[in-house]
Amino acid sequence: MALAGAVAAAALLPVAYLLVRAGDGGWSAIADTLFMARTGRLLVRSLGLAAAVSVASAAIGIALAWLTVRCDLPGRRFWRVVAALPLAVPSYVAAFAFVSNLPELSGFLPTFAALTLLSYPYVFLPVAAVLERVDPALEEAARSLGDGPGTAFRRVTLRQIRPAAATGSLLVCLYVLSDFGAVSILRFDTFTRVIYEAYRSSFDRRPAAILGCLLLVFTLGILVAEARTRGRARYYAGRGTPRRPALVPLGRWRWAAVALPAGVAGLAIVVPLATTVRWLAESVQADIDLTRVSAAGGSSVLASVLGAVVTAAAAVPVAVLAARSRSRIAGFIERSAFVGHALPGIVVALSLVFFTVRFMNPLYQRLPVLVFAYVVLFLPLAVSSIYGSALQAPPSLDEVARSLGRRPLEVFRTITAPLLAPGVAAGAALVFLTCLKELPATLLLGPTGFETLATRVWSATQAGAYGDAALPALLLVAVGALPTWALARRGGESLS
Amino acid sequence: MVSALRRLGLALLLLATSLAGCSGGDRLTLYSGRAEVQVKPILEMFERATGVKVSARYGASAELAAQIAEEGSRTRADVFWAQDAGALGAVDKLGLFAPVPPPAAGAVDQKYRAPDNGWVGVSGRARVITYDPRKVPQAELPASVFDLTAPKWKGRIGLAPTNGSFQSFVTAMLLTVGEGRTRTWLSGIKANDPKTYASNDLIVRAINEGQVDLGLVNHYYLFQLQSEIGPERTVARNHYTAGTDPGALVNVAGVGILKSSKKQADAARLVEYLLTEPAQRHFAQENFEYPMLAGVPTAPGLPPLQPTQGPAINLGDLADLQHTLDLLRQTGLL
Repeated sequence: MALAGAVAAAALLPVAYLLVRAGDGGWSAIADTLFMARTGRLLVRSLGLAAAVSVASAAIGIALAWLTVRCDLPGRRFWRVVAALPLAVPSYVAAFAFVSNLPELSGFLPTFAALTLLSYPYVFLPVAAVLERVDPALEEAARSLGDGPGTAFRRVTLRQIRPAAATGSLLVCLYVLSDFGAVSILRFDTFTRVIYEAYRSSFDRRPAAILGCLLLVFTLGILVAEARTRGRARYYAGRGTPRRPALVPLGRWRWAAVALPAGVAGLAIVVPLATTVRWLAESVQADIDLTRVSAAGGSSVLASVLGAVVTAAAAVPVAVLAARSRSRIAGFIERSAFVGHALPGIVVALSLVFFTVRFMNPLYQRLPVLVFAYVVLFLPLAVSSIYGSALQAPPSLDEVARSLGRRPLEVFRTITAPLLAPGVAAGAALVFLTCLKELPATLLLGPTGFETLATRVWSATQAGAYGDAALPALLLVAVGALPTWALARRGGESLS
Repeated sequence: MVSALRRLGLALLLLATSLAGCSGGDRLTLYSGRAEVQVKPILEMFERATGVKVSARYGASAELAAQIAEEGSRTRADVFWAQDAGALGAVDKLGLFAPVPPPAAGAVDQKYRAPDNGWVGVSGRARVITYDPRKVPQAELPASVFDLTAPKWKGRIGLAPTNGSFQSFVTAMLLTVGEGRTRTWLSGIKANDPKTYASNDLIVRAINEGQVDLGLVNHYYLFQLQSEIGPERTVARNHYTAGTDPGALVNVAGVGILKSSKKQADAARLVEYLLTEPAQRHFAQENFEYPMLAGVPTAPGLPPLQPTQGPAINLGDLADLQHTLDLLRQTGLL
């Protein structure tokens, strides 16, 4: 519990920063910023976008999971992997590619479409994992008792995938609230854009901090609502070995159904990649510095691996506590881990600048601080993965082992850890992927001269040298595809 | 498995920390809001000329300014090179700059440096109207941006309202002609159905491809496009509005020395170097910008900077965009 508390405290640093900065000017300044009519309108837009994308992602994620796991879709193992790949594409790359093909693309619909295409894997992966593992006996029992296929789906299967889908949708919702890349390129005014604009327009950090606090309040609201819907259900592993369910025959829809994964993957992956290749081909003076790009690749991998490992390790106490305890404190700790996820990267980065410059000065702009930033940013991803596995490790097992004479540390090592392993692996893979794409914290907190693939892509597009952006972007997606492929292939047994 | 992973992780962490610790020391630290492709060659030239090595951190000018503000007197930056005067003005207002030493400061016209010499401009860019000569004959080109609200330009104008340079231009208009006239102009432009784009280079490409007739951008995008796709395929041309028209705003990229830097001498040498002939010629020939040093020629095809070009304002005042953004939103352009 103490460990989890320490992790939660770290995750709350950005909140503390926002409160300090927001309070700089006293209550009148806060009121001025908050009660502008615009603030209300923007909040509605942000929440609306987040809600729309979450619902659409859930729909697409569940549909694709069903098609690739339970139906006899042609080439379904291939589609199972491909459907998860959009996770590897950064939102700014995709949005930029869309805009460069259709320069006047902007507004709610393109932003909604782009974000949905890139976020649905957060729902797809855990739902597919559950569908793969769940015992078909319940569904068969429902059918044998007279339910039609639709009713059986609704009453049995949907309930079984509900926690996975809900967690995935929550991550999508928080991600959309925090996204800046896509909304700025597609020019849809959301809260994050306003926060960035506040930094840019008056170079005064206070209005931005006040708006950040407001965002936090709404995030808390969303988290509390989500916790309520989770209910009291426990899904510990049942007795006996689950059988593989029979595949649902799609009949004459078999080949038509391929259109869904193909279309989605095409738009989300093929279009951005093909566009970057086109930039490369069109540009006369693209400067392809292979050594530099591979060095950036190495740095990306180093920072992301460290981020993934430390985040997964930090998430274990939080997830285990959340799974096993229903106390208020446990709930508070779990929520703290999530609350920062909706904050735009620049806010988290500046908050860490603030704290590390004052309290950890020698470490400022060294790799450990960057890794710490990754932990604060991506803790929720790891926690939600490990939470699913933690539910498979009921405390009764630990108690039995203790009663048989094992010491606590040994119990953890031999009993709990192996049960958590799939969740930890999946969580680490997901965090690795997200660290690869990360931009604002890397720019501000990385050691000076430290380059990642993401910063190289950004650097090239800043200068308008799109040809130079092609190779790092392709490499970024390629490197990111590896853990995505691993996640999808092993069934991500734990992302639920 | 988890514990093995954890041991591996710790080992990697220690290794990385020790490796990452081998930086700093004798290098000058530059925070650059300009893109690496523009800055790196200059830094290499500087190192060859003086032996001083520079470590550069690249970011967006506004974010770096916020970072420097957050770091305060403990900032790691020795020099801040920003893309626009607004970011420099903001850091200067917080009192974090040390004045640039006289010889360097004196080399730059008063218009292009801070009144207290906190920062100096090192290269300039002008707002222009890039146009498609196939659609807009020379005789029809407007003498002033204010002419663009005429009905004949309906549907023919390209803008990037979210772009910093455009917002600086509107701020300059606000500072010179006041809110009333600026608001009228913005409403007039909006009524003329402009095509909006996410960035300036998209506008210039669109003009070149015949998708829009003219656009309000910075002068160098045309030259960049030309060097990328070749002069034969570059149809678009630049048109400079007259004299003190806000549409002729000349903004600068500039540098400032951080007061808290422990390498004041080296920092001053970098700033001085940026204003010497080799560096200024580089800005002119490679980036197609306006050099600040008198006597350095501009790129072929770029008319030299006129002393009366652009409105007479304090460039540091372009830092405050709040009013501009409000106006842009109220008139529906943003």
